[in-house]
Amino acid sequence: MTEIANLEELSQEDVTKHRSLWEDVWRQFRKHKGALTGVFVFSFITIAVFIGPYIHNIDPSEINFKKRNLGPTLSHPLGTDNIGHDTLAQMLAGGQVSLAVGFLAMLIALLLGTMIGILAGFIKSLDGPLMRLTDLFLALPILPLLLVIILLFRDTLRTLYGPEAGIFLLIVFVIGITSWMHTARIVRSDVLGIKEREFVIAAYSIGTRKSHIIFRHILPNILSPIMVSATLGIANAIITESALSFLGLGFPPDFPTWGRLLYDGANFIQITPSRVIWPGLFIALTVLSVNYIGDGLRDALDPRLRGR
Amino acid sequence: MINYIIRRLLLAIPTLLVISFIIFAILDLAPNDPTGNLPMTVPPEVREKIRVSLGLDQPMHIRFGMWLVQFFVNEPLNILHEAFGISIGDAEERTRILSWSTRSPVVDLIIQRTPQTLWVVGLSYLFGILIAIPIGIVSAYKQYSWFDQVGTFISMVGFSVPTFFTGMVAIIIFSVQLKWFPMIYDTTLSVDSWQNFLTQVKQMIMPVSVLALYNASQLSRFMRASILDNLNLDYVRTARAKGRSENVVLLIHVLRNSLIPVVTLIALGIPTIFSGAIITEQIFRVNGLGQLLIIAIEGADIPLVQTLTFLFAILIVLFNLVADVLYGILDPRIRYD
Repeated sequence: MTEIANLEELSQEDVTKHRSLWEDVWRQFRKHKGALTGVFVFSFITIAVFIGPYIHNIDPSEINFKKRNLGPTLSHPLGTDNIGHDTLAQMLAGGQVSLAVGFLAMLIALLLGTMIGILAGFIKSLDGPLMRLTDLFLALPILPLLLVIILLFRDTLRTLYGPEAGIFLLIVFVIGITSWMHTARIVRSDVLGIKEREFVIAAYSIGTRKSHIIFRHILPNILSPIMVSATLGIANAIITESALSFLGLGFPPDFPTWGRLLYDGANFIQITPSRVIWPGLFIALTVLSVNYIGDGLRDALDPRLRGR
Repeated sequence: MINYIIRRLLLAIPTLLVISFIIFAILDLAPNDPTGNLPMTVPPEVREKIRVSLGLDQPMHIRFGMWLVQFFVNEPLNILHEAFGISIGDAEERTRILSWSTRSPVVDLIIQRTPQTLWVVGLSYLFGILIAIPIGIVSAYKQYSWFDQVGTFISMVGFSVPTFFTGMVAIIIFSVQLKWFPMIYDTTLSVDSWQNFLTQVKQMIMPVSVLALYNASQLSRFMRASILDNLNLDYVRTARAKGRSENVVLLIHVLRNSLIPVVTLIALGIPTIFSGAIITEQIFRVNGLGQLLIIAIEGADIPLVQTLTFLFAILIVLFNLVADVLYGILDPRIRYD
């Protein structure tokens, strides 16, 4: 009698303990040590960069010629540069810009890629033209074009939106519109596979509107490749921004980003090598942690790997 | 197969035309003025004459057409003339694409700079492949061993850390601290004696190894995945069952099949040799094509920028085609007809 009661209790518990998809994903994600470390490092960098300036409250643009090329001291934990800027303050301010560029450019690329991918997969007459467009963008030499666009439109935007906001918008925009192609391809092929499945046909049969089918039935099912390409997109955008700044064609000198700091530091590599090491290390750590998060997400979101 | 290649080549023509127009339009729409860098004392009528001499008074479609003719007809004919002495038409009267800042033909500048890029960046690509393939094989064969774990971690790091950081760290360690290698690549060095050859090798070690490691880290992951895909297939079991040694199974049966996607990836990556050169050459001050592009962009030398960018685009389209064709040749299961 007691045994039966126990059994009933157990099954009751099993029924009430509802496991959602995202719980499963998180359970699998936690098993990936690299990804977990990645989440930790990335959150630490993000929090440090945005909270840090309130604790270490030296103005990053403050110039002090008496204190130039200093090594690490208590008031300047990472030393100072050749005109007395505090390196830590600049690193924090630069990190805000670099992360913001990475995040916003990724969002643009993701929105554009998902939209084009869904349209191409869902509407047959648009498939050909949109995929040709994707191929065309893939054949463009991206880095040279980015350099050219930034150089040519820098001054116009500077007069329109001010020196900082203008360049920021330009860089975010051009990185965004040149990195949506892979997302579009993946989304398209997934949409093509899903739109013929029974549940979509069932949704059609009860007269669901097309927009509803896209947003309620198809989009949730292609969320995993979109999330993975989002992480890759952040990494790619941060690297591209720093590469542009490293080539001297990104942000203006008085406006620190990690890439810009690295570029400025490169000229003083023999006096203060730490000015190259710190920004480079933070770019590397951010990209590495984001890539690990992407790796873990890919494993966690793959139903064939999950639960093993 | 021939049919397929011809069809693809025909399809490449409109693609390239559209790309060249995009590049032309971006450069043309931008507010820039070739006389902007001249001193203020130059009077406006002289500026106007300079603009006319550069052909800037013509409407856009005519300038685009002229550029197309110069790029696709005049320059190839000129190369034919100079390289083999075959002249078709009037070699003297032909207009060539001229750089705005140096007033010399753009193609000559590019030919001057190509060897440096090919040596440094091309060699690093080659070394990258040579490192990546054995690492990928061992990693896959001994999956989850310490070698595989370390290899996967290093390739993740190598793939994530941008070359402009690893290059800088290499300069700090090997040039500034240890003083083993020179910081700046000396392109005027001509290799005519053993002494100079050693200097040349010395200055090439850093740029080549930094880029080679970056390339190897991407390729070795791919190689590993490709071998893993093959290791559990039936033909491998058959080879083992008939008594082939592990070496033969791995290096002949598995490797040949696993290399198919890797070879196409290598072909797809060749255009990145040139665009990757932009950053590497800036780190180590190599005066190759990448540096030429940067100088041209900074000096707003539109014809040079346009030609270089378009050449990069041609390479991308061409090697995409090469990769697809290679895939068809190497893998008999792929049929394009």
